[in-house]
Amino acid sequence: MENNDLIPVDHFCVTHSIELSFITSLHQYGLVEITSIEEQAYLNESQLCDVEKFIRLHYDLDINLEGIEAIGHLLEKIKELQARHTHLQNRLGLYENL
Amino acid sequence: MAFIDYYEVLGLKKNAGADDIKKAYRKLARKHHPDLNPNDKEAHKKFQQLNEANEVLGDPEKRKKYDLYGKDWEHSEQFEKARQQSAGSRRSYSPGADSGAGGFDGDDFSSFFSSMFGDQGGKSRQAKYRGQDYNAELTLSLTDAYTSRQQTMAVNGKNIRITIPAGVENGQVIKLKGYGAPGVNGGPAGDLYITFLINNDAKMKRSGNDLFMDTAIDLYTAVLGGEITIDTMAAKLKLKVTPGTQNGTQVRLKGKGFPLYKKEGQFGDLYVVFSVRLPVDLTDQQKELFTQLAALK
Repeated sequence: MENNDLIPVDHFCVTHSIELSFITSLHQYGLVEITSIEEQAYLNESQLCDVEKFIRLHYDLDINLEGIEAIGHLLEKIKELQARHTHLQNRLGLYENL
Repeated sequence: MAFIDYYEVLGLKKNAGADDIKKAYRKLARKHHPDLNPNDKEAHKKFQQLNEANEVLGDPEKRKKYDLYGKDWEHSEQFEKARQQSAGSRRSYSPGADSGAGGFDGDDFSSFFSSMFGDQGGKSRQAKYRGQDYNAELTLSLTDAYTSRQQTMAVNGKNIRITIPAGVENGQVIKLKGYGAPGVNGGPAGDLYITFLINNDAKMKRSGNDLFMDTAIDLYTAVLGGEITIDTMAAKLKLKVTPGTQNGTQVRLKGKGFPLYKKEGQFGDLYVVFSVRLPVDLTDQQKELFTQLAALK
């Protein structure tokens, strides 16, 4: 399979010294998407940053999957609020010094 | 280089046990971890301190050395040499088992740490990790943001030449893949995130892709109509003023606003808001004519 954007899950687990079951659990919680091609599971490269974040939260901070899921939602919310805040600040600039 | 009280960083007493250290570190790390505090430089700094404190106090050998020399850390090497000479062949400490604590990318240790322990950061898992992402801010003027431009910026000692597409917004973030910190243990490099800060240097205000500008016209042009010239960001434009234009009247000039980001040849609209200036310091003749006008009404 020639696709530079896909990373084999087993290879990813070896290089990150984690169990395959962790990625499977992330998938079951809907936190990552796994693409299956010819019985081989792959992670999309665009998810790399998030998956590594989940690994750090789980292995380094001892946060369980329920916690990771909740944190994931909250971080997403923060991101949305920050984008909204920036947009509103830009709009506000229009009315300043009138 | 100032002495760092690692016990204070972790909120512990000097007699704290290994479990207390681990517990305190975990608790504070959960609070200040960069993954949980995106774009928070203070939290990032605090986390590095915690990491460093844990690196020292979580390792029995390092902790012993730290406790032994404390504030005299600057002379620790000399002390160590003198002690080894007097002890002859006796080894100083038997290295304890790797604490296993830490596990974060322990880059950027303080100069205090480096001078005492060198640059050896402990790693609990020898995993390949993607490098840390860098964040940078780039300030542009509204005029700069109007046209696509190439700019060289220095990030961590490296000069990077980037193309900034026209129409970039204030607060917009772009990602440059692979321009972050190098990966750990052969992992891929992180990314560079650039946040644009746009300062308004023009006489216009921007809302999305639309521009708003105030234009003063005299009473006579407002009443009788006429033609005026306005300076837009791209060129000078001639604009007709219809007779009877009221103060605050807004005219939309389609496609004369700000360029759309990464959509070449497409622009927002320009709104010209007329502000009618009343004549002051009237001559006697002007006053007379205004009186006649008033009488006609």
